[in-house]
Amino acid sequence: MKLTGAQALIKSLEMEGVEVMFGLPGGAILPVYDPLIDSSIRHILVRHEQGAGHMAEGYAHATGRPGVAMVTSGPAATNIVTPIADAYMDSIPLVVITGQVPYAVIGTDAFQECDTVGITMPITKHNWLVTDAQDIPRIIREAFHVATTGRPGPVLVDFPKDIANQMMEWEWPEGVDLPGYKPNLKGHPKQIKDAAKLIGESHRPVIYAGGGILKARAAEALRELAEATGIPVVTTLMARGAFPDSHELALGMPGMHGNYTAITAMQKSDLLIALGARFDDRVTGKVDSFAPDAKIIHVDVDPAELGKVRRPDVPIVGDCKNVIERITVAVKADQAKHEWPDLSDWRATVKGWQVEHPLFYDQPEGGPLKPQFVIEKLRELAPDDTILASGVGQHQMWASQHWRFEHPYTWVNSGGLGTMGFSVPAAIGAKVGCPEKTVWAVDGDGCFQMTAQELVTAAAEKIPVKIAILNNAYLGMVRQWQELFYEERYSEVYLSPDLPDYVMWAEAMGCAGFRVETPEDVIPTIEKANAINDRPVVIDFRTDYREKVYPMVPAGASNSDVIIGPEADTRGGR
Amino acid sequence: MTIDHHILSVLVENKFGVLTRVSSLFSRRGYNIYSLAVSPTEDDRYSRMTIVVDGDADLVEQITKQLNKLIPVIKISELADSDAVERELMLVTIKGGADTRSQVTELASIFEAKILDVGFEAVTLMVAGQPDKLDAMTDLLKPFGIVEMQRTGRIALPKLSRQSSKLRVVRNQTA
Repeated sequence: MKLTGAQALIKSLEMEGVEVMFGLPGGAILPVYDPLIDSSIRHILVRHEQGAGHMAEGYAHATGRPGVAMVTSGPAATNIVTPIADAYMDSIPLVVITGQVPYAVIGTDAFQECDTVGITMPITKHNWLVTDAQDIPRIIREAFHVATTGRPGPVLVDFPKDIANQMMEWEWPEGVDLPGYKPNLKGHPKQIKDAAKLIGESHRPVIYAGGGILKARAAEALRELAEATGIPVVTTLMARGAFPDSHELALGMPGMHGNYTAITAMQKSDLLIALGARFDDRVTGKVDSFAPDAKIIHVDVDPAELGKVRRPDVPIVGDCKNVIERITVAVKADQAKHEWPDLSDWRATVKGWQVEHPLFYDQPEGGPLKPQFVIEKLRELAPDDTILASGVGQHQMWASQHWRFEHPYTWVNSGGLGTMGFSVPAAIGAKVGCPEKTVWAVDGDGCFQMTAQELVTAAAEKIPVKIAILNNAYLGMVRQWQELFYEERYSEVYLSPDLPDYVMWAEAMGCAGFRVETPEDVIPTIEKANAINDRPVVIDFRTDYREKVYPMVPAGASNSDVIIGPEADTRGGR
Repeated sequence: MTIDHHILSVLVENKFGVLTRVSSLFSRRGYNIYSLAVSPTEDDRYSRMTIVVDGDADLVEQITKQLNKLIPVIKISELADSDAVERELMLVTIKGGADTRSQVTELASIFEAKILDVGFEAVTLMVAGQPDKLDAMTDLLKPFGIVEMQRTGRIALPKLSRQSSKLRVVRNQTA
């Protein structure tokens, strides 16, 4: 069967099971948009290419399937660079297809030409420039294989316009042949035995669960390991939802804005069981003083993570699900053989911290409205399996802290890269992937203004996401740092509460818009928003700009010096 | 930890852009390349890069692991100095008119260098050998005045086992 390159590309995507893609056409990719008309693939037309990338990420976060985005060359390719970098940091499987000027004119500074492969080389797992239409099925197979296996991540296929028009003989390859790419998933049996032994010798162990748990679909395995051993579990920003917050062993989020107990349990532990986590600086604080007495078991599918920041005592390269299950089996075998340390004292100590230093805020009856209160009410009124997306900043930390996560794949956020503007398009992508679930985005006013135009996409495509703007009229996190570390010298952080008018803006984009200024309006307005399912909803919550995110470990400080509240005398680290 | 030269012998797919992927990885992660040589191998699907890097053992481990994540990288071996044969080639043009030429050629013969080209005011030499030897020769040539110099960067292969397979069989039987 003879096909054009463009037809072969679309057919290859269909063969890979792609149901939906996010994109925006333009000159160089035009030939590919023609066969798309006849394809089973649903295409969602975005308003900005960055939106396409974040939607594909949100889709991948929520479904576990690779997100696919397609845009044209030059400025479109550079516009999607941010989502690619974001996906690279957070190991999100993404397949991005970019148009390119005809192969024959590459290198001549042709109209809308840029070196997309060169630009995206350091932020993709791999990328390809198609030079022959005959290679298309093989490259697409390889692209999906690389994006979704091992440590997932973004890949990019750059597609010159003349290749799209070139004829090729269709043949779908049976498999992939990449001699330099063989992820090790199994985990070494001796290391697994050693891990179980170390667990059996520890008295203050903590499971440090990272985003890799979700990537490996290992939430159930994690729970079994925790329950078999009685070891408390911290879930990093990327792992929220991987372990239910209501579980008696759940400690919540550690790190710069983690809760006191999660931070302190890690600090005082004698064994950290790091599962799909990468010892990010936002978790460790000052590395030299991070969990100083802890031995480390580190499980990751990416060998380069083992020893990158902290040298593990037991390094295990492998898929989290597989390895955790086998550690659990080895632990149970050991438990049957010899006496197991009693962790009840440790758990009681941890429980004591939870009681003594819970997350707290104070919502005065007449206002001002506190952002944490809004998040708690959103949670209470939303279905249990609601997907929550967020942008980056104070609202993101409050969302992670105060939302009660009970299920995996219900938290969509930008962790590693910290991309402001992530939430609106990511929420749309998540809703496309899980139309049966409620999707709320908690956003900041700064973030919202970066990508809000994608609500036009959502309205046009009837994707009823719900956006809660925690509008404190500031770039809040920057303001917080200027208040605490720059002697309250506020430099370029004021945004205004009513410019733009978020309600009018929402309505102009085809959404329902509401405004809430007082605590008593919170519940009725959320109920109104929850009742709307034919279009997106935006609520402008006017929140207290003075509210800061606590606890907080200042940048570069030791986690033992966590500040748990606004008063200086509430420093922890006894 | 001592900072030292480490020789990485990296087998890569022979495709365009692979060198960029490797060098881009080094620059983005802040690693320093001391020298780099790329050449075809006996199998035309692959090329071999011999990369000399400076760093302690932890850094070299991290570099190796990051390199391994590149899809076109097939295999990486770290060659310890004692386990490898290594050579480097140098071309060097020295000032040398009629008065000093004989001294330069004498030095060339000591280092088993070849004279590739002779002009009225200069001589071009070629010398191959261990990198130390090239360093030593460079030092000795400096007083004459080096006009231009280029080195290939080292290439290396693992040393071969001295044990014959026959001997090993005998040992197994007696053990």
